[in-house]
Parts: sequence; C-alpha cells; structure tokens
Amino acid sequence: MFYSPVITNAEAVAKSDKLHLFNYVEDPKQIELKTYESRGGYKGWKKVLSSMDSNAVIDTVKQSGLRGRGGAGFPTGMKWGFVPKDSPKPRYLCCNADESEPGTCKDRVLLERDPHQVIEGMAIGSFAIKCHTMFLYIRGEFNHAIDIVEKAVEDAYARGHLGKNIYGSGYDLECIVHTGGGAYICGEETALLNSLEGERAMSRIRPPFPAVEGLYACPTIVNNVESLAAVVHIINKGPQWYKTFGTEKSAGSKLVSLSGHVKRPGNYEIELGFSLKDFIYDPEYGAGILDDKKLKGVIPGGASTPFLTPDMVDTPLDYESMAAVGSMLGSGAVIVFHEETCIIWVIYKLIHFFRHESCGKCTPCREGTGWLEKMVLKIMQGQGEPGDVEKIEDVCANILGRTICPLGDAAVMPIQSAIKHWRDEWQYAIDNGKTKYKNDFAFR
Amino acid sequence: MILTYESVSQIKEKAARYPHRKSAVLPALTIACRQVGHLNNDLYREISEIINIPYIEVAEAATFYTLFPKKPVGKYYIMVCHNISCALVGADSMIKFLEEKLGIKKGETTKDGLFTLHSVECLASCATAPMLQINQDYYENLDSKKLSNLIDELKAKE
Ligand SMILES: Cc1cc2nc3c(=O)[nH]c(=O)nc-3n(C[C@H](O)[C@H](O)[C@H](O)COP(=O)(O)O)c2cc1C
Ligand code: SF4
Ligand code: FES
Repeated sequence: MFYSPVITNAEAVAKSDKLHLFNYVEDPKQIELKTYESRGGYKGWKKVLSSMDSNAVIDTVKQSGLRGRGGAGFPTGMKWGFVPKDSPKPRYLCCNADESEPGTCKDRVLLERDPHQVIEGMAIGSFAIKCHTMFLYIRGEFNHAIDIVEKAVEDAYARGHLGKNIYGSGYDLECIVHTGGGAYICGEETALLNSLEGERAMSRIRPPFPAVEGLYACPTIVNNVESLAAVVHIINKGPQWYKTFGTEKSAGSKLVSLSGHVKRPGNYEIELGFSLKDFIYDPEYGAGILDDKKLKGVIPGGASTPFLTPDMVDTPLDYESMAAVGSMLGSGAVIVFHEETCIIWVIYKLIHFFRHESCGKCTPCREGTGWLEKMVLKIMQGQGEPGDVEKIEDVCANILGRTICPLGDAAVMPIQSAIKHWRDEWQYAIDNGKTKYKNDFAFR
Repeated sequence: MILTYESVSQIKEKAARYPHRKSAVLPALTIACRQVGHLNNDLYREISEIINIPYIEVAEAATFYTLFPKKPVGKYYIMVCHNISCALVGADSMIKFLEEKLGIKKGETTKDGLFTLHSVECLASCATAPMLQINQDYYENLDSKKLSNLIDELKAKE
C-alpha cells in the first residue's frame, strides 16, 4: 500500500491529544491536498497571513519551546529572531530534507506520507522571517519522496496556498524543490547552502552565520523537516498547548527512528522524556531485543552520538537527560545492538561512513578520519599492536574541537565512547590477534 | 549533443526558477544522469553551455557528488546500504549473497551489462533494513527469498 513498509505508531498518535506529527501517516490519502485540507490543513497558514505579523509568529514559536529536530536542538524561534530585521536583502528559508545520518529515517515518513504538513510549516517559517522564496533541499536518492513533494507543491500553487498574493493578503511566496547529489555533508547547513548555490558541498567557516549571511550572502534560515512540521501545530493549537507535554527544557514531541537488533524497528512519535528503556522493550515500540538476546549497547541519537551501555538505558529521551548521561538526543535515531556484536566492527562501520562523507576542507577531519579508519580496520583484522588504541585516542583528541564543522566531532565521539565503555574488548583483539565477537551478521 | 531536447528544456526550466542560475547545476546533473545513466566530460560541457557557466564549475561540482556514476553502469544499478543499521541485520552478507547470485564482485558489472553492484552509505531506510536501491527505487525489509525473486524477475524481463 505504501512505498515504504516502515512501521509507525500513527494509531496511538491519532488517539493522543499531545502527539500530532504522525496523526495521518497511515492513511494513503493524506498526500492529497483535499484530504489534507479537510483535516484542517493550511488553516495555520491562513491564520498567520490574516491575523499575525512576523514578530508574533516568532514569539509564538519562541514561547512553545520548540527546539530544532535536525540534531543540534537549537531553539527554533530564537534562530528565526537572528535574521536582521533591517536587512534590505532578500531572505531565504531552506527546509533540510537531506536526511542521511545512519539510523535516521523519520523525515522521509513525513515527506512521503504527509508532504503538505511540511510545506505549510515552511510557509509559516518563511513568513516569520519575511522570506519570499523558500527551498526544500531533498536528498537525491529520495526519488519517490521527490515525486510526492513536487506534486504537493504543484497542487499547493494551484489552490493558491503558494504563489503571488496568497489568499489576497498581498504576500508572495515561491517554493523550489532542490534535489541533492548523495552527500551526507549536504545536511550540514552551510554545506547545504553551498550545494544550493551549485558549488561543491563544503562547509563554511562561521561567522558569518547563515541567519545573517547565508544563501547568496543573504539572511537564511535552515530548518529540519520535523521542526517545520511541528510549527504548523504550534500555530494552530498555541504555544501553551505545546508546552504541556515533553519536559521543561525539551517541550513537545519527537520523531524517533528505531533500528538494529530490535524486534520492531520503525519510526515512532514520542513525547519528549519518554523512557529509552521502554522505547526498546515496550511491545508498542521496539518489543525487545532480536532473538531475545541480551542488550550490549545503544546509540541514542544517530551515528554521531556517544554510546550508552545497558545500565544507562533507563534514561528519558530528551535533550538534557541524554546530555546528562554523556550522549545526545541528536536527530532522534536509536540504534540497538545485542551481546554478540563486536564493538570494533561497529566503530569500523561508523568511521568508514564519516571518512567517506568528510568534505575534505579541513585537515584534521580529512586526514584524521582516514587514519582512524585504517587503524580500526587493522585491529579488527587481528593485526593490532600494543599502543594502537592509545594512538587512536590521540588522533581523536587532535580532531575534536579543531574542525570547521561538527562532522569532525561526530566522527570521533563514538570512538572515544566505545573505547571508554569497552576498552577490554579492544585489548582482547590486540592480545589475541582476533576480535572477541564475529564481524558480520547473517542475511536471513 | 547527447542531451535530448526534453532534457535540455527541463534544465532550462529549472534554471529559470533560481535567483542565480548556477544553482541549477545539481538539478541539471540529475536530469542528465537520468537520461544517460552516468555523467562524463561531454555532458558537463553541454550543461555548462545550457546554463551559461564555465565548464570547470560544472565538472567541479559533479565530481563531488557520489550519486552520479562517472562511468557507464549496468541497466540495473544496485546500491546496497552497508552502514550500521543495515549491517546489524546482515547487509554485508547480503552483498556476498548478491556477488554469488550475479557472479560478480562489488564494483563490477555483469557481462551481459544488466547489473552493476555497489555498496553505498545510509539511504535513510534504517528501520526497514536490510535494503537496497536499484536505479530509482528502494527495496526494503529484504530477506534472501525476496531478493532472489527480485533479481530473477529483473532477469526474466529481458
Ligand atoms: C554533518 C552534518 C550533517 C547534518 N545532517 C542533517 C540532516 O540531514 N538534516 C537536518 O535537518 N540537519 C542536519 N544537520 C544539522 C544542520 O546543520 C542544522 O543544524 C539543522 O538542519 C537545523 O535545523 P533545526 O534547527 O530545525 O534542527 C547536520 C549537521 C551536520 C554537522
Ligand atoms: S570537519 Fe570534515 S566535513 Fe566538516 S568542514 Fe572539516 S573536512 Fe569538511
Ligand atoms: S543504515 Fe542502511 S539505510 Fe540507514
């Protein structure tokens, strides 16, 4: 019925008066404009255009406590407020739909199954920063989502939700769907802007920050798909409603992808602060570890976040609780692995990814990720020597905090945490000329 | 000209929408790659003429993006995600399975020109792993039976 067979918790979301993003993602008709409209779609956009000014929109989003869902968790309303009010230049809004951090596959559900929710959020965000041309930067592999989104944009134009003089308000808004070329770094906001300008997607040195000088050197806001979708509901139901759930510092709900060794991998909308342990074991979510094996570790927020060990999983899924246990909520991607997983192999998989995706602009990341990949591979293949782990730690320390964009940090933080939590396993591999656990899993 | 009249019009239409025409480079590469199956210097030159920017700027951008093959690939370009979520549920073994089934190694194309096999980085399908992409389409939640059938079906089409 759906293009992707991925499991969601739409049914539970529809029954809840808090959860909202996944309300209709199990209804194939939701992609049609008339269905979206019949369910209150574009009401928020109309409300904004007919009764609010840009400051009021920014204030509403500020009051809601919404934080960016793309990984960094930066308050959305505050970011919008950074756009200089007096700038004579055009402003731009870019919706970041480059989703490519291993473990993360939540935005794709919104794009493929509820595209108008995203477009409406983009429109409201654009109005908040007085932008008249917005971009949806979508990764090039998402052919199906691209078709859905392009059709949705076309329909929105035809019904007057986009275009010139929208609803007679005098406000013009154009929407351009821009497809990427298969590079994770394009998700990093300044690399995304370079990519949109037709350049190689290399990160920019900040300052200037995009809100001041972004696309074509004009004030630009980059927001994640999910952040923008949430804005629609905040406008419709009010910031006070949004704050009634989640935690004090992590308001609202979050989409979380669950993958790896669980019985029910899927994409689930949760109230922020939901227990990670329940998320993995509750039959409504992960339903426990594959083959009833024991849990070994969890990556809680996508491939760039530090590991949690089994004694740490009884932690709420929210920004501050994850930080308190030394990790991050990140993009909301829980990756679970069981007791028979080789940690060195996990690290090899991760560092290979980051080495491949490094844009190459700064030396510590470009060279360092390559060295790390080779050293980890060497240990994994049983050729490790005493001192190798320390060498890896040294390279990590020389990358951390010394790169232009956060990809460098993202590459080393999991390695540092894997050595901290499972040092004996690294030592075992060096002492015995082989890893303690095997390095692949059967294809069933 | 390698690009068809249709591709050229599509590129021109895209280019006209952007505030700056250089932004049309990626969409143009996408359109060219869809038509030809891969990219090369001749295509960079044609694109540079259509959107009116220097050839080197097109080549520079194109060579950064791994989505576009730079040499011919088989009729069915198989891209297997080998990142962590997929690998935890057998992606590497799935690649071996395909190597045996197709009689080629990763990176190669079958003699009949039908299949090219590659591993790629995360395709944002981690909760429906293991998975792969063939040309434009995703195939998710794969197991050996499903995958075997899929390949047989593609072969039978010929
Ligand atoms: C290497 C790297 C990759 C990123 N990939 C994405 C991505 O795919 N999607 C996304 O929304 N944000 C991604 N981000 C975060 C963005 O740079 C940016 O913070 C985010 O899009 C801002 O939106 P938000 O405030 O709504 O979260 C990435 C960051 C880095 C450093
Ligand atoms: S940290 Fe890596 S990805 Fe980021 S700018 Fe430097 S080389 Fe590029
Ligand atoms: S890890 Fe394979 S699709 Fe994300």
